[in-house]
Amino acid sequence: MIDAATSGEATAVPADLPAFLDLENCYQCGKCTAGCPVAERMDVVPNQLVRLAQLGLVERARRAESIWQCVSCQTCSTRCPKSVDCAAVIDALRQLSFEKGDAAGSQRRTVLFQEAFLRNIRRNGRLNELELVGVFKTKAFLDDLSIPFLFKDAMLAPRMRAKGKLHFKPDRVKDGGVLERMFDRCLRQA
Amino acid sequence: MTEIGYYPGCALHGSSNDYETSARACLAALGVQLREVTDWVCCGATAAHALNHKLSVALPARNLALAEHDGFREILAPCPMCSMELLKARQEILADEALRAEMSSLVELELRGGVNVLNLVQALQSAGIDRIKAAVKKPLDGIRAACYYGCLLTRPPGVVRFDDPEQPRSMEAIVGALGAKTVDWNYRTECCGAGLTMANEETVLELSHRILTNAAAHGANCVVTVCPMCHVNLDMKQADIERRFNAKHKMAIYYLSDLVGLALGLSEKELGIDRHFVART
Ligand code: SF4
Ligand code: SF4
Repeated sequence: MIDAATSGEATAVPADLPAFLDLENCYQCGKCTAGCPVAERMDVVPNQLVRLAQLGLVERARRAESIWQCVSCQTCSTRCPKSVDCAAVIDALRQLSFEKGDAAGSQRRTVLFQEAFLRNIRRNGRLNELELVGVFKTKAFLDDLSIPFLFKDAMLAPRMRAKGKLHFKPDRVKDGGVLERMFDRCLRQA
Repeated sequence: MTEIGYYPGCALHGSSNDYETSARACLAALGVQLREVTDWVCCGATAAHALNHKLSVALPARNLALAEHDGFREILAPCPMCSMELLKARQEILADEALRAEMSSLVELELRGGVNVLNLVQALQSAGIDRIKAAVKKPLDGIRAACYYGCLLTRPPGVVRFDDPEQPRSMEAIVGALGAKTVDWNYRTECCGAGLTMANEETVLELSHRILTNAAAHGANCVVTVCPMCHVNLDMKQADIERRFNAKHKMAIYYLSDLVGLALGLSEKELGIDRHFVART
């Protein structure tokens, strides 16, 4: 048996995925998928994503809708008998998909949401919920022109306001400059 | 009064401000004062770990460094996603000196990784369950609570190192000390869909509906959580869940600090319970 880690040979992790993923350990028992709360909604289920990555079919894996359906609950990684961090594999696939800008069409909303979230933090340091809703809804509308989705949750706003849960004064960090620089450094290195 | 560091995270300063009210009031009644980490920033949440790995380490790292500079050795991060992200960054930094140095320069603050991060259950445990029990003024005898841990409070176990990821019992121990009953049920560690409420509402409504249904089937008259996202999905979205599945839940959703606070004699208003959407059972 060749132990890649000790023999110094290249690991079985494809070059475009981080080496710490230890994909070669997966023996396809399916336990990750068995406990996944959204597996029934997935086109490519978690153990299949790991298998595709293991075989170097990274492009097929990153184009799966399921990587954006994953709710990041860590059940798969927690239960894997071979300590494969399946949730981290999915994160790595999402990062690649985001970089290449080729997320599955049906999952565009989730990608737009996460993107709007990051931009929001970059601008404010802390999440400004109203701005996030506004930006996300506008972007999603420009993307798929769904009017019902644009106005969905509009009914929630007055109820939230009555409960003192809507804030019109953003809670911003004082040192915004450092955030801007941190984001630059991280996104440049990506 | 003892003082501990406090990392509220965006939710508790936003639409989950009822949780901040509750945690502060409950802990103050137990002699614990919370002092906010100076100029904290968002932990990055799912957006960072899904889109950019480096940011998902850097954002929590900046907060850990800020907490160190404030002189804290321990901070409470009531949101389980925040505390998991902070702990994960800390673990990675402590295991890798090169990463620690890189992160120190990236976040523009020297970072040693010495600050420990507590969740709300741990903060209550360190206040002392015996002490809580002795301070109970109004035993919660009508309550049959479904303690709901959700996903990130106990997962990944190698990062959060808290309770048992499959059969956790720490919340039951606290709720039991208040004179309330707890029920055994099947969805204690299932995920509600967390922060995808807006992006993928369909998934969130379905997962949350299953959780509420199972809690009721096992005789619960309320669900207890320590997560702001679970609270949003189970409480604020409960009317949407009922509409979507043509069901009636009418399930009160409490933060653990609400129940402790009520038992200690605090009012619903003092605990922010009047800001919940589903009225008390
Ligand atoms: S649980 Fe682990 S070993 Fe089993 S299929 Fe999933 S990743 Fe592979
Ligand atoms: S982290 Fe994602 S893939 Fe893993 S069990 Fe949770 S939802 Fe499924």
